Amino acid sequence: MNNPGIPEFATPLQKPSLTTAPATGDRLRVAHPITVSTVDVHKSYHTGNGEVSVLRGVDVSIREGEFVAITGSSGSGKSTLLHLLGTLDEPDQGEIWIGQSCINRLRSGQRDQLRNREIGLIFQFYHLLPELTALENVLLPCMIGGGLRGFWRHRRKNRERAADLLNKVGLGHRRSHYPRQMSGGEMQRVAIARSLVAHPGLLLADEPTGNLDRKNSDEIMRTLMQLRDEECLTIIMVTHDDEIARQADRTIRLVEGRVDDVA
Amino acid sequence: MYILLLAWRYLRTRFIALASVISVTLGVATLIVVNAVMAGFVDQMHDRLHGILSDIEIAPPGLCDIDHVDWHKEQIRRIAGDDLEALTTIVRVPAFMQFNFAGRPMTHQLLLIGIDDETYGQVTDFQPFLTNEINRQKISFQLHEDGYAADMGNCGWPWRRQVAELEQASRDRIRQMLEAESVPGEVDRPAEPGPPETDAGSRTLPRLPDQPPRIPAEGIQETHDSDPGFGPPRSTDSSESLRPAIADEDIFDKSRDQYAGIIIGKAISHRTVPESEYGPAGEVFLLRPGDDVYITLPTAGDDPRPIRENCTVVDFYSSGMHEYDSTFAFMPLSYLQKIRGMVNPVRGTATVSAIQIKTRPGTNLDELRDRLTAYCPPELGLTIQTWQDTQRPLLNAVNLELTILNILLFLIIGVAGFGILATFFMIVVEKTRDIGILKSLGAPGRGVMSIFLGYGLSLGTVGTGVGILMGLIFVWNINSIADFVQFITGTEVYDPMIYFFDEIPTIVSPGMVAWVAVGAIAIAVLASVLPALRAARLHPVEALRYE
Repeated sequence: MNNPGIPEFATPLQKPSLTTAPATGDRLRVAHPITVSTVDVHKSYHTGNGEVSVLRGVDVSIREGEFVAITGSSGSGKSTLLHLLGTLDEPDQGEIWIGQSCINRLRSGQRDQLRNREIGLIFQFYHLLPELTALENVLLPCMIGGGLRGFWRHRRKNRERAADLLNKVGLGHRRSHYPRQMSGGEMQRVAIARSLVAHPGLLLADEPTGNLDRKNSDEIMRTLMQLRDEECLTIIMVTHDDEIARQADRTIRLVEGRVDDVA
Repeated sequence: MYILLLAWRYLRTRFIALASVISVTLGVATLIVVNAVMAGFVDQMHDRLHGILSDIEIAPPGLCDIDHVDWHKEQIRRIAGDDLEALTTIVRVPAFMQFNFAGRPMTHQLLLIGIDDETYGQVTDFQPFLTNEINRQKISFQLHEDGYAADMGNCGWPWRRQVAELEQASRDRIRQMLEAESVPGEVDRPAEPGPPETDAGSRTLPRLPDQPPRIPAEGIQETHDSDPGFGPPRSTDSSESLRPAIADEDIFDKSRDQYAGIIIGKAISHRTVPESEYGPAGEVFLLRPGDDVYITLPTAGDDPRPIRENCTVVDFYSSGMHEYDSTFAFMPLSYLQKIRGMVNPVRGTATVSAIQIKTRPGTNLDELRDRLTAYCPPELGLTIQTWQDTQRPLLNAVNLELTILNILLFLIIGVAGFGILATFFMIVVEKTRDIGILKSLGAPGRGVMSIFLGYGLSLGTVGTGVGILMGLIFVWNINSIADFVQFITGTEVYDPMIYFFDEIPTIVSPGMVAWVAVGAIAIAVLASVLPALRAARLHPVEALRYE
């Protein structure tokens, strides 16, 4: 566990499976990295002109603690794949396994829970709620997952955790600032803190540096790499920046909805 | 938790939504004001009506009479038992009243009510409505020296003496003229009867009494407790003995004597005159206590004929209900029974028009009415009604009015609800990305929906709360506001002369306020259901893609 970046776990998962997951109160555990795999995933979208096939049989397998970059040209389906992995969408065909659960077989409520507890999401456009301060934005997953009573019971631990994460991303002094008072890099770091507050094992990042300059991008990447070690994360990052993709353990390249080349 | 937080933040940051709630606020405020004022009016009206009418009345149809009154009374006492508090009998008959105002004869239609001055005040709120304070202590049909309300001007005996004096002076003047005609050159003779001219051919007019001698009426107390017998003849002059001897006390002298007393509704006499070319605005009394009137009324029985009686107005009746104040007149029961021929000459008993009952407070009137109906032989055709039965059309009309007003005002709040609906749809569109974010963080559709429902609830609560506050402040200061509006616009908002209440009566019932609040908040929440459903059904990927 001290070196979770290297996928050497004997047993695939020591954490309880989702079906036997304890109630919301028990959320103050330490995360374990999660395996992710897809089996022949197809996905198409309906548009005005008919059906557009985005993913055409994607098979990927990602080990615990691995940092994988997904690259590809625009329209190659990399964002769609990430949304499928993040349980925001369902595949038309094929299976997606996150840890020990096949998300195809989960009800929507269970999927919401899975997303809330096991998966952190970061987006290109930060996606912070403008009405909430940095700290409140970071606390949002705890509020959503814990309910009123759960959140109230763990409010101190949650706040400590959120403040700690904000310190780690270098924004400890700006916790009561609103998103409109921050720069893009700062907002993205708040988004990272938010994605990690609930101790997820899987971090999905959709072009997190796409909107930032080189200096800020490097900082974000440094923060991510540091947190990956500290928080025991499996990271899957969509990017079209080769320099960033090079920092990953592995790059999966998508071409026209298929895995082209495993680097 | 996030639901409360976000609903609260949206409430604080979206002022446009607050604007959409202003219509709810105004609707709620209007509902409160309208209900409070209507409830005030209805309550006052109930109070007055109940006071004027007895709890239960037993009456034959039309102008018929009830005979064997003592038997009826006995039955009522037996049936009502402890519920009975007081019981009275009345005579009620339509009548005409004629009088002169400014030299012009006037006729007025009345509902003449003969009352028993002992028991009538126990059954209805009669005395408090009289204007003379002595009569308010104890009903009497005697004209009083004083005790009349100050705003009525010269009333009672002082007024009557003044009128009598003027009439006497007028008669004297006419006599002078006639005498001057008969004896030329002696126009300036003093008005006193001169030396007697006893020869039959003389045209000198003897001084006859101005009115026929009084007939002491049963049930009427004499104004002056003078000896009713003939006194010693006046011996002013030796020749006077040739005329029929009439005691001075037996000559009706308007300045000393009155006819049977009558209490008339104030609105019969009282007029408010607006400012015009004839003079400034003011109040006019066509009749005052102390004036004489003629009453024409039908006799009782199968063959009614008009009879005409002299009466003296002794007081006004002012209940505040215009309908009653403009038609009611009261006379002593026994006097009316006598002149209408309601007294059975053989048995010595008299018939009445109705029996009125006052019950102990808290009695179930409808139940008692039904019990009383059971004892009444159906062939008598008597109607037994509670005061509510009597006034059913009016009470129902007011209730209907109130119901329709409430429906209309709730429709206004409903319209406001559609304003909220539209605003919320806009907000959901604006917040599409945020909804996507919440879903990506694991918020279920139910939670997202709750945010918007909670937002609608809080908006409705704020709007309703402010509306209730505004409404209550308005109600509590309604009379000052009416005065202020009058001051600004110059038009009278509330004319106490029309409504006969000095102030706009209001009653704020907590139950009414609670219902209005619940209704308005429910409308606000219902209006946010559709937008909230839409928000809940947004697909997270679509929502996140939304820029």
